[in-house]
Amino acid sequence: MKSPILQSATKYLIPILLLFSFFLLLRGHYYPGGGFVGGLVASIAFVLHSFANGTEATMKILKHKPLSLIPVGLGLSTLSMTAPMLFGLPPMTGLWLEEPIPVIGMIGSSLVFDLGVYLVVIGVVLAILFTISLNNEEEKN
Amino acid sequence: MLLAILSGLLFSISIVFFGKHLKTKWSPLLLILPAILFALFASYIPFISSGNIQLQHINWVPSLGVNFDFKLDGLSLLFSLMITGIGIAIFVYARKYLKGHPYFDRFFGYLFLFMSAMLGVVLSDNILLLFIFWELTSISSFFLIGFNNDNADSRKSAITALSITGLGGFFLLASLILLGNIAGTFTISELIHSREIILADPLYPLIIGLLFVGAFTKSAQFPFHFWLPGAMKAPTPVSAYLHSATMVKAGIYVLARFSPILGSTDYWNYTLMIVGGITMVYASIHSLFRIDLKGVLAYSTISALGILTFLIGLGTKEAMIAVSVFIIAHALYKATLFLVTGIIDHETGTRDITVLAGLRKVLPPVALAGILAALSSAGFPLITFGFIGKDLIYEATLHFTNPSLIWTLTGLAIITNIGLVAAGFMAGITPFVGQLPQQFEKLHLPYKGMWIPPLVLALLGIVFGLFPGIVGELITNQTSNVIFGANTHSHLAIWHGWNLVLFLSLGTLALGSLLYIINKPNAARLAAVEKLNVISPQRIIMGIGNSIMQFSHWYTDIMHNGYLRSYHLKIILFAEAILAYKLWVSGPIYIDFWTLTYPDLYEIAIVMVLIGALYLILTTPSRLTAVVSMSVIGYCICLIFVIYSAPDLAMTQFTIDTLSTVLFVLVLYRLPGFINLTSKKVLFRDALVAIGFGVIIALTAFKIWAEPIVKDISDFYGENAYLLAKGKNVVNVILVDFRGIDTMFETVVLSIAAVGVYSMIRLRLKSSEKE
Repeated sequence: MKSPILQSATKYLIPILLLFSFFLLLRGHYYPGGGFVGGLVASIAFVLHSFANGTEATMKILKHKPLSLIPVGLGLSTLSMTAPMLFGLPPMTGLWLEEPIPVIGMIGSSLVFDLGVYLVVIGVVLAILFTISLNNEEEKN
Repeated sequence: MLLAILSGLLFSISIVFFGKHLKTKWSPLLLILPAILFALFASYIPFISSGNIQLQHINWVPSLGVNFDFKLDGLSLLFSLMITGIGIAIFVYARKYLKGHPYFDRFFGYLFLFMSAMLGVVLSDNILLLFIFWELTSISSFFLIGFNNDNADSRKSAITALSITGLGGFFLLASLILLGNIAGTFTISELIHSREIILADPLYPLIIGLLFVGAFTKSAQFPFHFWLPGAMKAPTPVSAYLHSATMVKAGIYVLARFSPILGSTDYWNYTLMIVGGITMVYASIHSLFRIDLKGVLAYSTISALGILTFLIGLGTKEAMIAVSVFIIAHALYKATLFLVTGIIDHETGTRDITVLAGLRKVLPPVALAGILAALSSAGFPLITFGFIGKDLIYEATLHFTNPSLIWTLTGLAIITNIGLVAAGFMAGITPFVGQLPQQFEKLHLPYKGMWIPPLVLALLGIVFGLFPGIVGELITNQTSNVIFGANTHSHLAIWHGWNLVLFLSLGTLALGSLLYIINKPNAARLAAVEKLNVISPQRIIMGIGNSIMQFSHWYTDIMHNGYLRSYHLKIILFAEAILAYKLWVSGPIYIDFWTLTYPDLYEIAIVMVLIGALYLILTTPSRLTAVVSMSVIGYCICLIFVIYSAPDLAMTQFTIDTLSTVLFVLVLYRLPGFINLTSKKVLFRDALVAIGFGVIIALTAFKIWAEPIVKDISDFYGENAYLLAKGKNVVNVILVDFRGIDTMFETVVLSIAAVGVYSMIRLRLKSSEKE
């Protein structure tokens, strides 16, 4: 299904979708959004690309296997979960910077946790979809 | 103390990485840790023997009452010294015994794991912590029994041992949780103050009943004793260490530990006396029929464990002193006999006592160790530690509180001991006396590392016998104080003058020796006894186990047949049944139609689209159309979420629907063309289930709507989201903060699913790689 229209559309859609997904992630603590939805939107961006250009091409721009995002994400979540213990607080206590950072806003450990969720979701969705679709393409050849 | 336990666990893990080096020139390193630990515990002897107690407390999960609480008192110290001390002998021995074995490193890994777990059991002051270590000992024992994993018998014995001790573990856990809930604490040192509350509780008989099952399975008491002879499939050092000297005494340890808390009631005393009594007599007689050296030792071990249970059941001061002494005496001579057996097996290749004879000529130091241990086991007067142990047993039965039972109890003890004397001689003397058969003439002594440990242990049995004061002042006095719960003022001595106890001991020895001379075990007689196995507890329990297996096969066939549609059907039917029952019970539904508003135009439009998509799904012959219609339904639900102001849900639903359609399309690609094979009957059934589900959900929705809404939880989150978690989006705050642990584990589940898909599809064998 390599239509030129979809291909050129994707070229512009991907950055926008990725940016939007990151926007959803950041605003999650105050407005609708969050790591889970953000991750899903980001995966949709890549899925769209793979529809337009083939999964092989998408794997090339990803550089790493999507599966490798999972440990990174889980690691971040675990880190934000256990970090408060270093300060003698119970795990999962929210730690916050005193002052908000321009553009991004308040930064705290729950944002790191959400970032972990975001990465895990992208990793899981892409790993499942691309594994199946790559397998299909191989069988076709 | 935490460090002492952890060091063993860490060592055990490190063997995974450095095991290869330990096989060869670095193998002496293995001996360092038990030696250090032994020295560490030995350094506590003066401190403990003056009546002190060492406590350590580290928080782990304080909210659940599970903490690293450790306590070193007389009883713990006695066991710790035994675990590490006999551990040294076993490690030295096993290093040579298994020299060149391909799994040498693995073996020591398990052994370290066991040593740490066992230290954990005896040092824990928290009952849940105790349970964790208890289970670890069962698991390490499983690996060690099944060490010869290419032998089917060995694997079967390992499974039997694990199922019996694991089953007991469950009972123990139940008992400990009940105990902790009633007393309001999980710390052993605090439980002792709640003794009155626990004894008065109606659940008290249940608590001790469950505790007994746990202890009896672990310590191989009748009728759970049969796993222990099977466990002798393990390499001999393991039998010596786990299955005679230490692990099987964990049950005894628990009984002793809880004796001051739960003991001294009729339930407690008589149950233990009866079970211990049956076990000791039954196993003692059984041991006389065995022709395999290890079989003799296994049954005599069971009998000794029976004696210990029996003594704890007596519950008197004398009995507790006897327990403390007999634990050490038994560990010393039984470990020696096992190690001697190991050498004989290693050198001659047989353990059959009808074949073995005259080995003293070729293995003199081994013979010395064996004979000394046999004498200690027989309670040879004036020089052996076993004699003191045996004396104290009679002392205990003769001083029982109920005078009418004294002679019954003493009689049981005498019968058991006569059997044990003979069994000890069979294992420690038979192989060394008589004419040396020709095929054994060329034997030579094994490595020093193999015969020195048993000799040292055997000599210790004599040294302690000659100078019982050392052991008594330092350890057993404090131990019996702990078990008895008050000061026992015990003073060990080997000579008490010409009294009744001495005559009983001498009589036992004489009758035992006589029995040994008369009793000539052979294969034919063993076979005759084996015929009685039809009614043995082993058969009965195995039978129950098999019927459970059959039931689970039957259940699996019905419930887990592998068809997705069948799973769906069952899940939905179950949900229907539960909801329908609840609706039925909660009475009629009242709907106040006057308060209902008319639907808006766009709501009607959404419902029309929903119905249209539904119709398409049911009628279309194409899978792709059905999938797309499904996503239309999903998007309609999104719209409903948007209208009723749940933007978070709507967004998630929208993206999920999109992605699952993509997933469907990818998977559908692999399916063959659609053919309708469903019969009318099945179609009708499915329709019924589906319509029923719809109706019930609708009714439930009405019901919820009619009920008053409880808003406590949502109010809490609404109020506290910004105050506690600094977020304004309550949904997200719940996900990443209030219920963050849930989210964490959900992501883990997702990751496992992804890894599962990946490994099923990418890592499966190509057809050329199969076979």
